[in-house]
Amino acid sequence: MLIAIASIKLRDLFAVVMLFGIYSFMTATLFMDLDAVDVAFTEAAVGAGVTTVLMLSSLRLTTRWEKIPRHSPLLPLLVVGITGAALVYGTLDAPMLGDAQAPVHQHVAPRYIEQGPVEVGMPNMVTAVLASYRGYDTFGETVVIFTAGLAVLLLLGIQENPDTKPGRTAIGDQLVLRVLVKILIPLILLYALYVQFHGDYGAGGGFQAGVIFATGFVLYDLVFGDGNARLVMPPRWLHRLAALGVLIYGGVGVISLLGGKAFLDYSVLSHDPVHGQHLGVLLVELGVGITVFSIILAIFFAFSGRSRIR
Amino acid sequence: MSFLEHLPVLIVIVPLMAAPICVLLDRPRLAWLVALIAAFSSLFCAIALLSQVLDGSVISYELGGWAAPWGIEYRIDLLGAFVLLIVSAMAAAVLDFAKASVEHEIPTDRIARFYAAFLLALAGLLGIVATGDAFNVFVFLEISSLASYALISMGRDRRALNAAFQYLVMGTIGATFILIGIGFLYMMTGTLNMQDLAERLPAVADTNTVRAGFAFLTVGIGLKLAMFPLHLWLPNAYAYAPSIVSAFLAATATKVALYVMLRFMLGIFGVDFSLHEMPFAWILMVLGVLGILSGSLVAIYQDNVKRMLAYSSVAQIGYMVLGIAIATTAGVTAAVLHMFNHALMKGALFLALGAVVYRLGSVRLNDLSGLGWHMPWTMAAVVVGGLSLIGVPPTVGFISKWYLVIAVLEHGWWPLALVVLIGSVLALIYVWRVLEVAYLRPRPASAPPVSEAPLSMLIPVWLLVIANIYFGIATHLSVGSAERAAALLMGTAPMGGAQ
Repeated sequence: MLIAIASIKLRDLFAVVMLFGIYSFMTATLFMDLDAVDVAFTEAAVGAGVTTVLMLSSLRLTTRWEKIPRHSPLLPLLVVGITGAALVYGTLDAPMLGDAQAPVHQHVAPRYIEQGPVEVGMPNMVTAVLASYRGYDTFGETVVIFTAGLAVLLLLGIQENPDTKPGRTAIGDQLVLRVLVKILIPLILLYALYVQFHGDYGAGGGFQAGVIFATGFVLYDLVFGDGNARLVMPPRWLHRLAALGVLIYGGVGVISLLGGKAFLDYSVLSHDPVHGQHLGVLLVELGVGITVFSIILAIFFAFSGRSRIR
Repeated sequence: MSFLEHLPVLIVIVPLMAAPICVLLDRPRLAWLVALIAAFSSLFCAIALLSQVLDGSVISYELGGWAAPWGIEYRIDLLGAFVLLIVSAMAAAVLDFAKASVEHEIPTDRIARFYAAFLLALAGLLGIVATGDAFNVFVFLEISSLASYALISMGRDRRALNAAFQYLVMGTIGATFILIGIGFLYMMTGTLNMQDLAERLPAVADTNTVRAGFAFLTVGIGLKLAMFPLHLWLPNAYAYAPSIVSAFLAATATKVALYVMLRFMLGIFGVDFSLHEMPFAWILMVLGVLGILSGSLVAIYQDNVKRMLAYSSVAQIGYMVLGIAIATTAGVTAAVLHMFNHALMKGALFLALGAVVYRLGSVRLNDLSGLGWHMPWTMAAVVVGGLSLIGVPPTVGFISKWYLVIAVLEHGWWPLALVVLIGSVLALIYVWRVLEVAYLRPRPASAPPVSEAPLSMLIPVWLLVIANIYFGIATHLSVGSAERAAALLMGTAPMGGAQ
């Protein structure tokens, strides 16, 4: 709350970005406190991690200080005030937090909890709901990310300039950083793979893994230079990879169709329906991971490749 | 399951999967071809679906093989199939027109991605209509919105960027409000399935949470619908977007938002709660009347013809909102009917303007001088579209206004009939301004020569123009579907069971 107010008052955008990062991290701990581990994980990886880097790289293109707005803040303040009041009004009658009798826990959820491990066959029921029961929503979310990346590429494109030649770095030759980052990157990538393939059992899955995997590349880019990073992962392949990820997810659905079942019914993938579920979730999570990774890296390249307007 | 049983999901995933294929191909012509094939496949699915539900039955499709409310359900009734037909038919018509226009307006290296974004917008809109799950609406709303922002920002005018950003901010607020509304409903019922929500809501209807959810949904959908006074994003977005984007969005996006409003307000909350317990009908009536009058008035003062048509859209949305506000089956019939008819008018008009942009590079009123004699077929299309907008028989515009006036007079609310009449007179003024310049003023000698638009553009434009007249005379499909869909929504017709 204090952080949110401070970030509205401050005109130093660099500090605001930092505060946003802290805010996301606080939110993540709050989710953690509510036992929503997967959500907390995503918030930490996306909100506190990658978003901060992306905002900083767009900050690099503009200026650090916000202009004083000319219009009066009264109307927006009024709108925000009414919205807030409506939110409070709405929660007055709502069931108490953690009330076991609340409708949310009584209607749909029991089947997820009781039947999920049997029908879908995986211990992490969040993954079971996301990737199987409501797998079509997750397909939609993957397409949302793909669309967002497509929008950035349509608007900015990934440009080449002298700074993106191999061997040039924005921060100069930092020996300590280079050594540290060299040790860290394999660990980050390995951790991303663990999160990717362990989503059935513990917190995690394609979204988080894609973000973490991209973070490794972003870190390499920052320390070893844009050009070197582009040699490792050529930008022209990124949007194709992103498209491929969506096609993998959708392709699983098409296989279900061809197998005579409903779209995204994973039970056709194997003789044993539960095993089919397992395989299906693994494949779609892979599609999600690939799309998220390539879109985030593409957006980063789109910003980092632009020369600064002076 | 046979092929036909997959139609409800195929109509959405064919354009959805075609989008990444366009990106992979990365060739302008091929991408256009893929988009065209995908749009026509969707149109085929829509026609097949409509023929299945014409008798009032409902098609249910369980995604992932999980039964609702645990899984996500696609649920298509007559209203849904009708809107699916509007959206996919307009996409097919616009893409027929698109090839030359897009090559003219979009940089070559971005064309493939442009078509990908177009397909995503189409798939998003179709997904919103096809689904029977409240959260799924939000997901596909995000797909269509993000794709629309990108499409609008591709306009050649630099102001397109600003327009897209304005739309992005307003649209995101709208989407967030919708999400909060859905969250409140979930909190009180524990379900996201629309059918299930409709059954479980009455028990908890008398709570602050449900009322707040209703309010958030109304404002959120109102923003997406560009309902007066939440329409401020619309004029610039439509004016500066690339031609085919203006045509497609003007013909479909607001219709889908209106569909969402009908679905949530009448389908989920129910007629009694929305129209009788909440002061919803009165608010809609006031906003609808204000929208008609202010939109038409501002349209008269526009110099840019696309912007003029955009303000006219605000007024047309006013007619549809007014139809819902009457709160009778006849009123909702008029609203649904006008969705269909307005798509035909605005589709024809914006595409004709796209042809003008292709030849002239501008749609400023002064640049159109004497164009009626140089581009006779294109401007004749504008004439018919304009007459339809005014509501002259035998065009579809007349049918819309006829049914709206009948619905109003059923109540004896003659002042509202007067408002419709004033709206038509104002439309006459702004359409006349264009025709006067195009036909009565000579083309200045200094102006570069212009020739008629290519046949590949004229054919889709004239198909829509002919549809404007055809459905003005043979009203069986449009009026019949609208009447039955409205009766189903208002609960005045026997409900068909799921197949």
